[in-house]
Amino acid sequence: MTFGEFLLVAVLALPVLGALAVAATPRDRAARVVGTVAAALTLVAAVALVAGRGMGWVAYGATPPAVRPWHAVDLPWVPGLDLRFHLGVDGISWPLVVLTALLTLLCCGYSLWRVPAGGSGRALVALLLVVEVGILGTFLALDLVLFFLFFEVILLPMYAIIVGWGGDGADPAAVDARRRAGRKFALYTLFGSVLLLVGVYVVVAAAGTADIVALTGGAGLSRGTQLAAFTLLAVAFAVKSPLWPLHSWLPDAHTQAPTVGSVLLAGVLLKMGTYGLVRVAVGVAPEGARWAAPVLGVLAVAAILVGSLICLAQTELKRLIAYSSVGHMGFVLLGVATLTATGIQAALIGNVAHGIITGLLFFLAGAIKDRTHTGVLSELSGLRETAPRLSGLLAFAAVASLGLPGLAGFWGEAFAVVAAVEVGGALWLTLAVLAALGGALTAAYLLRLLRRVTHGRPTPAVAGLRPGLAGAELVAWVPLVLLALAVGLAPTLVLGVAEAPVEALVGVLR
Amino acid sequence: MVQSVDSVALLPAYLAAGTAVLVLLVDLLLARPAATVAAAAGGAVATAVGAAAVGAGGERRTFCVGADCSYVFGGRAALVAGLVALLVVGVLALSGPLLKAGQTPVGEFCFLLACSMTGGVVLGAAGDLITLIVAVETLTLPLYVLVGLRRGSLASAEAAVTFFVVSVVATTLTLLGAALLYAVTGGLHLERLGMLLADDALLDLPLTSVAVALVVAGLAFKVAAVPFHAWAPATYDGAPLPVAAYLSTASKLGGVVALLAVVQHALPPGVTGPVLALLAALTMTVGNLVALRQRRTVRLLAWSSVAQAGYILAPLGALALADPDARAVAYAAALAYAVFFVLLELAAFAGVVALRPAGADGGTLDELRGAARRHPWVGAALAFALVGLAGLPPALAGLFAKVTVVRSLLGGGAGWLALVVAVNAVLGLAYYLRVAALLYAPAGDATAPAVRPARAVAAALAVATVVALVVGFAPQVVLDLAGS
Repeated sequence: MTFGEFLLVAVLALPVLGALAVAATPRDRAARVVGTVAAALTLVAAVALVAGRGMGWVAYGATPPAVRPWHAVDLPWVPGLDLRFHLGVDGISWPLVVLTALLTLLCCGYSLWRVPAGGSGRALVALLLVVEVGILGTFLALDLVLFFLFFEVILLPMYAIIVGWGGDGADPAAVDARRRAGRKFALYTLFGSVLLLVGVYVVVAAAGTADIVALTGGAGLSRGTQLAAFTLLAVAFAVKSPLWPLHSWLPDAHTQAPTVGSVLLAGVLLKMGTYGLVRVAVGVAPEGARWAAPVLGVLAVAAILVGSLICLAQTELKRLIAYSSVGHMGFVLLGVATLTATGIQAALIGNVAHGIITGLLFFLAGAIKDRTHTGVLSELSGLRETAPRLSGLLAFAAVASLGLPGLAGFWGEAFAVVAAVEVGGALWLTLAVLAALGGALTAAYLLRLLRRVTHGRPTPAVAGLRPGLAGAELVAWVPLVLLALAVGLAPTLVLGVAEAPVEALVGVLR
Repeated sequence: MVQSVDSVALLPAYLAAGTAVLVLLVDLLLARPAATVAAAAGGAVATAVGAAAVGAGGERRTFCVGADCSYVFGGRAALVAGLVALLVVGVLALSGPLLKAGQTPVGEFCFLLACSMTGGVVLGAAGDLITLIVAVETLTLPLYVLVGLRRGSLASAEAAVTFFVVSVVATTLTLLGAALLYAVTGGLHLERLGMLLADDALLDLPLTSVAVALVVAGLAFKVAAVPFHAWAPATYDGAPLPVAAYLSTASKLGGVVALLAVVQHALPPGVTGPVLALLAALTMTVGNLVALRQRRTVRLLAWSSVAQAGYILAPLGALALADPDARAVAYAAALAYAVFFVLLELAAFAGVVALRPAGADGGTLDELRGAARRHPWVGAALAFALVGLAGLPPALAGLFAKVTVVRSLLGGGAGWLALVVAVNAVLGLAYYLRVAALLYAPAGDATAPAVRPARAVAAALAVATVVALVVGFAPQVVLDLAGS
């Protein structure tokens, strides 16, 4: 076993072992420390994956496959179901793997300091680690069936996090609301993943293999199979992403989930959908992707506009941020739908940027709600007066989210529009114009948010706030602030590693 | 004509029947409940071991007329026999509290269970229609009494009568179908029927269609497939909990195996395939939709097991295609699903028995509220079983069961049925999740007294859960067994 293979297995095994260790540690505080250590080690392993990359390039012959993992592990598991334990990492998945490991670590660290009411911190940290296993596994899987398996792993732990620790208060109405939100999340997501299951086996039955490396590029699948497979897979991923009009689980789930749950949900869970679209749906059924691209583009732009318009009318902080995800993911999907190198790169960097910025926004929203016990915008004005640091950070995150050049959010949105223009033709030009308009609307609602929350006279809820921030909060937020800056100033952090695999992928699309 | 009888092939059947006789004698001579139960459990374990030993030695045939044999003990027969015997052991363990409560006669209970086991053991090996029907009846007949064994309970008596009437009608239908098939073809052996019915001239006869329909309908009653399902919820709810567990595991497995044998060997797939596909789609949809509205624990499990029967039947519906390879995959998938299902179902029933007072019925769902907070281990095991039945991780056994079915359907070109299965999985999650969440909900004001689960029940639950966990990580074991 080489070092790279060891790292790949470690990235998955560490959170599993961590979750078991957390469950086995009787004392609550000690268990949370154990969990945080496990998450930290996972992050180290995830970052280390980048070492030794490029070795995969020499290992292949004259016609190299479109997916060239840096490291790969390939072991048989259930031959009767065409399931192999096949993991690998390349430039498309690595940034997301690191982002997942980082956000989980920040969430675990945050849980050291504050555990939301409802259950023990020990169980929460264990569930966070299980969710991490599922997300990382999805990003690393190079076997379609294994991909599906990890896709499903997230469902119940996330449901438990929403129902167990979410909402505000223990009165029956609040309990009922979060139970409804949790159930909506579970059923919607399961609907997506069963379609994924059917789509996966449509491909496997036709191709006789579930190996993503072998399948990328179509692998001789007939046009009919590709269209059917792409439709099923795209709907499955559209639920997860979520793409309008399949997004209605998202606002409820985000609003009801505890802070750490929202951060993981918005930060990385949604990326499973867009990543799956790039790696599985587009990669395995390119002909289907070309066929469906206009529909996908129209829906993506609809999501941008609808999401922004809904945000303009929102009166609740967390709900607004949740709906803003619909719009941002619309940009990502628009990038994918163009099927060009620019577009897919925009989608990848948009994914990462959204994970960083929305993660930060949800942390801040959680902090504001914890302090003021309300999320209603009209009860929050004047935050600048009593809590300048918090309000400054919120302003930074909001400005990053609206895509100011120099911050992370810019690249994904700008280049999605550029890619659409590059494709050309009346449809795509119209889509580009509308998406740009959506970008302006994004700025409008985020500035409205800032005006409502930070400016004005302090409301009673805000007036009593103390200006300081807890150390744990700073520790959780500073890495995200720095990353938003770093990715904004040097997008090559993401694009540099993603360039070669994206070129290879686009190469087989033509 | 002197027939040579291969007694080795019959060993599992001897052991099962011997268990019944032994239980009767022990009850008569020793009259000690513990000894009776021990005899039954010992006999069942011996049967399972015997079945495994005989099955490992390759296929054995006996009672042959020419090339046609009435008793074929191969890998699949061994799997069914072993599984039924182990399920009997599990059900005996679950019956501990019921038998201790003194309301139920121990000797009769164990004897009837052993008799039923004999039917299940022979069933997998049946090579002709008459053996098959007699085996199914031997499996079911003792259950009429077992269902009604809760003395002084009107619900129990009602359940027994419902079950009896429906089951007898179903058997009559199957017998009539078998008779008509004999009239048409002159054969009763499954494989011979299969060869004869491959002839198109015979297939075109209306009598053949009627006969096939009658056999399938009669067996569909036994697996409680919609529209022949109405007896199941009433019967399960009225029966003592361990008997309900037996009904929804061993008895259902028996029905599935009988249907599988008939469809695979005897009846033309072109005729049964579309019928079974429709039956499967109806069964899972109706079962899941009605289960959504249930307020009583056992009724919910009963309706959910109706829905599960739909998943089991689904691969058989993919038979419309002519490719024998895909057909073999479909049969194996149906059996594999059934194996995963009985395991999880037994665990679910064991969990319910463990959380209920000794000898009580299933009660309402609200009585389980917060149970996992009072009994973390038992509650977690029950939640695990429910999640498995819904087909989600961490209960990988249930997930792989669903995957197996979907894979066989798509491999068999029945994509629409795969989509129906997929949508039904979502429906199923809605109620399984409700029960699982209820287990962890705050107890509220109605705090039930914390009952310590009986040791035997806890052991059965633990074993079923551990096996489900292991099988979840190594599903290939089950797939290999089912495919042999």
